[in-house]
Formats: sequence, C-alpha cells, structure tokens
Amino acid sequence: MTSLVKDTEPEGRPEIRAVPVRHYGRWVAAALILYVAVWAVYSVAHNERFGWDVMGRYFTADAVLSGIGTTLGLTAIAMVMGVVGGVLLAVMRLSPNPLISGTSWLYIWAFRGTPVLVQILLWGFISALIPRFSIGIPFGPTFADFSANSVITPFVAGCLGLGLNEAAYMAEIVRAGILSVDPGQDEAACALGMSRTKSMRRIVLPQAMRVIIPPTGNETISMLKTSSLVSVIAVADLLYSVQIIYGRTYQTIPLLLLASAWYLVMTSVLTVGQFYLERYFGRGAARRQTMLERLWANLRTARPAGKGTR
Amino acid sequence: MTDAETPEFMVRAENVHKRFGRTEVLRGVDLAVRPGEVMCVIGPSGSGKSTFLRCVNHLEKIDGGRLWVNGRLVGYRERGGRLYELREKDVARQRREIGMVFQRFNLFPHMTALQNVMEAPVQVKGRGRAEAREQARALLERVGLGDKTGSYPAQLSGGQQQRVAIARALAMEPALMLFDEPTSALDPELVGDVLEVMKRLALDGMTMIVVTHEMGFAREVGDSLVFMDDGAVVEEGNPREVLANPSHPRTQDFLSRVL
Ligand SMILES: Nc1ncnc2c1ncn2[C@@H]1O[C@H](COP(=O)(O)OP(=O)(O)O)[C@@H](O)[C@H]1O
Ligand SMILES: [Mg+2]
Repeated sequence: MTSLVKDTEPEGRPEIRAVPVRHYGRWVAAALILYVAVWAVYSVAHNERFGWDVMGRYFTADAVLSGIGTTLGLTAIAMVMGVVGGVLLAVMRLSPNPLISGTSWLYIWAFRGTPVLVQILLWGFISALIPRFSIGIPFGPTFADFSANSVITPFVAGCLGLGLNEAAYMAEIVRAGILSVDPGQDEAACALGMSRTKSMRRIVLPQAMRVIIPPTGNETISMLKTSSLVSVIAVADLLYSVQIIYGRTYQTIPLLLLASAWYLVMTSVLTVGQFYLERYFGRGAARRQTMLERLWANLRTARPAGKGTR
Repeated sequence: MTDAETPEFMVRAENVHKRFGRTEVLRGVDLAVRPGEVMCVIGPSGSGKSTFLRCVNHLEKIDGGRLWVNGRLVGYRERGGRLYELREKDVARQRREIGMVFQRFNLFPHMTALQNVMEAPVQVKGRGRAEAREQARALLERVGLGDKTGSYPAQLSGGQQQRVAIARALAMEPALMLFDEPTSALDPELVGDVLEVMKRLALDGMTMIVVTHEMGFAREVGDSLVFMDDGAVVEEGNPREVLANPSHPRTQDFLSRVL
C-alpha cells in the first residue's frame, strides 16, 4: 500500500503507477497510413498532369487575385445580408402579431424551399421579369426610373441570390439562439422597465450569440464555397476567373486545384476567426476552455461543411 | 414618489382574479400595503404567491378585479368608467418604480456585477455612465459586495448573486420592492447575508412585499403577514400574532407542517 502513496502529491491523493494499455493496433495503422501518404505525395508530385508549374505560375495572377477579391466581397455582403435579415426574420417570427410572424414564416418557406442556384439564376435574369424599376408612390407619381440591368448587375444579382437565401437559414439559427435564452432574463429586463426591443437588443441577443455564433461561422465558411455558384451568371469570382483562364489554356486540372488551394486558405483563416469570436461571446460562461481545448474540440467535431443543393 | 403626493396605499388589490387557460390561479385576492410597510406572504407551493407578485408589476395580466400601485391602476387607465389598456411604453414606465427580486436571481450572465447594476439606469433612465457607475459602486458597497464589482455572476456564490440582484433593483430607485422567495435557492449558510440586506432595506423605510418561508424574518422584520392558499388570502395580521396563534384551520395546518 505505502509504495503506491507518494507524499509529495499536492492534494495528498495516492498516485497510481500502472503500466498503460499498449495499443499495438494503432502503431500498425499509423505505419500503414504513413506508407500510403508517402506514396500518394510521391506519385502526385511526379505526375506531370497535375501541372505544378502551371499552378505556381498562376497562383498570384491578377485575374486570380481579383477573383479572390470578388469571392470575399460576395461572401461578406451575403453574410451581412443573411445575419441582418436573419435577426429581423427571427424577431418577426417570434412576434405575437400573427401577420408579422406569418410573413416571416412565408419568406423562410419560399427561400429555403427552393435551390439557391435557381434563386441566383432568377436574380441574374430579373430584367426578363421586371425590365424597369421605378421609385415613387404605387399608382401615384414616379420620381425615378431605372432599367433593371443597370441596377441589378451580375454582382448585385449574386449578392441578392446568396444573401436573401442565407437570411432564411440564419433566421432559424437566430430563432434557436433566442429560444435558448432563459425566459427569466427577459422578465428581469422587463421588471427593470426595459422595453421589449431594448431587452432583446441588450439582454437576450447578446446571450443568444453564444448559440448563434458557432453555426454562423459554419454558414460563413459554407458561403465562401457556395458563392462559387455565381459563376453561372458570369460574376468573376475565384472559380469563374480560373474557368476563364483554363478556357483559354486548356490547363483545367491545375487551375481547378489552384482554386481549391485558395478556397482552403480562406476557409482556414475563417476557422481561426471563428474561434476568437466564440471566445468573445462566451465571456461570463461558467467554464472557460483554453484555446487548445477548444481547438481540439473543434477538430474533433469538424465535419465536411458542404451543404450540397439547397 | 417625488411627483405625486404619497397615496394612502402603496399596493392595493381588490378581488384580483387570474386564470391560466382553464385553471383559476388567483380567486379574488384582496390586500393592501401602506407606504413603508413590509408585508410577508406565506403559503403552500402552488397557492399563487408568485403569480400575485408578477401581477403587481404586470408581468402577468389580471383577468378580474383591480390592482393599484402607488395610487395608479396597474396596466390600465380608467376614463369615463371604462378601462383602457396601457401601451407597452407606459407599462414599462410603471415598472420602473417597482423593483423585483427573483428566486433564481436572473442576473445578466454576460455582464459583470457592476454592469448588471448600471444597465437599467443607463438604458432606461438615460443616466450618464460615470454617474451610473458611481451609484452602482455605492449600491454594491451597501450590499457588502464592494470588492466584487468586476465579477461575472458565474463567479459569485448564490448569496452574492442575490445581493447583486437586490442592488440591481435598487438602482432604479423604486418605491416598492417585490421579493419572490429570495432565499429559497440558496445554501442555508448563505441565507443570512441576504436576509440581513433585506432587513436593513426595511429599516431604511422601503415598502416591501416578501414571499418567503423564513418565518424568523417575517416575525422580526414584517409589519404584516399574509397567508395565501388556493389563490386567495386566507388570513392576515400581525406576524407575531399569526405565527403564534393562527386563527384559521388552514393556517394552523400549514404552520404545523413548516415550523
Ligand atoms: N405561466 C403559467 N402557465 C400556466 N400555469 C401557471 C403559470 N404560472 C403558474 N401557473 C400555475 O399557477 C399555480 C400557482 O403558481 P405560483 O403562483 O407559482 O404558486 P406559488 O408561487 O405560490 O408556489 C400553479 O398551479 C402553477 O402551476
Ligand atoms: Mg413561487
């Protein structure tokens, strides 16, 4: 017995010294994986058709960089539209007024129930549907009049298609976040004389953020990739830019790999940003995880973020 | 309390009814609290004590009867013999003069103790941040938490959290304080600190309605004691007398079980 007790143990707990289980299977698996990995890298590096030199040549080409700019711009604008629209729709959805909550329900139903690719195409061809916009009083005087094509450029159409669709998804995320907050919080705020709006803004939403931020990070990462759909309406994003180049040079695979590499870089940066945002909105939580704990948890729960058609 | 003359009663309830769906939770509550009075409310679980408190600051709408706070009808305006529902803004204005302390504290977890206390004066009364901070510091000092201003609720014990909650309610300078079992969620050794703060508040002349199971507090601090059962006031009187000689058999029965 006494040999098990080490008296330098800080909490006076006896320390157990046991031989840990040896995981021989893991060692075999590791060796096997390493072997396959070395073989894969070797054959990829020596396969001419991957065209590593082509990738190197175009990696920072002007067209590619401006495509990245467009992709980032689209993602940012669509996500801002999505978050603002989503909060609005979520608050409307929880309104006691059936007309307001019904409107929100209808919007979500329509925009979530049709493929985003179709929505992007519809916005791209909006001029066929509504050739002219005018600003004025319905059935009354008109103050300004535009052709649809001058207002809804392909870029604007892309933003509308992605952003309005995203708002429908974000609405559900925000609503779940709001419902996750203890009703006692809103009650305490009301008891202090706050209005519903103020309680929502100052008390409920900041707490809902802890539930809202992680899926929003995933939505942003997903959006970065989904935004490539706008290439169908000729918006020069990253994918469309490399398509133009390989349409000219026929170096399809290297350029698609190049685009993939850039998408990976961007999603990786976003993942790090997400971590810091989550930590900020988690303040005041009972238990604070260290960065490594969180990173580890993220890695374990990371799933392929592609959403397929939606 | 500054603008109007002090009314005879701070709270007056006349035949107050409240239903949730088909169940009648309050079946005609009558009571009156004078300014500066401390009224303790006891009664079995489910008798409608919390519901009544929530009606007093209009977190629940009453279905019948009349309820006045500080001389004004709660949630309604009466004109020409008809009742008009108040707008949300006016209800919020009425609530400013009523402080409420909850059984489960309901502190804002994303704010420090100081921020919790500052929030309503800044956001609701439009008070300057510097002034609100000074006031909040003084209030936290008053409830014995001058050294905890920077702590988040999760870093405080239950007793400390409840004292922050009391300071938060006091920051709105209410004319009336409602306490809904303020010590029921606390470990026994933490109850004393909270009751001590409430006792000092009573001595300072605050009007209070306290739903509690702390008979010692009711006896020592209460000016009146109300026993509620089944949605109505069964017995009311001087706390020492009611606790020593309950006249109604249901009061006798309840007290014999809790004392
Ligand atoms: N929001 C609500 N919806 C339906 N029933 C409720 C609600 N709040 C309280 N009740 C019911 O009203 C009765 C009185 O509750 P409450 O006022 O909390 O009693 P007490 O505080 O005396 O224990 C209980 O039977 C409870 O189930
Ligand atoms: Mg209760």
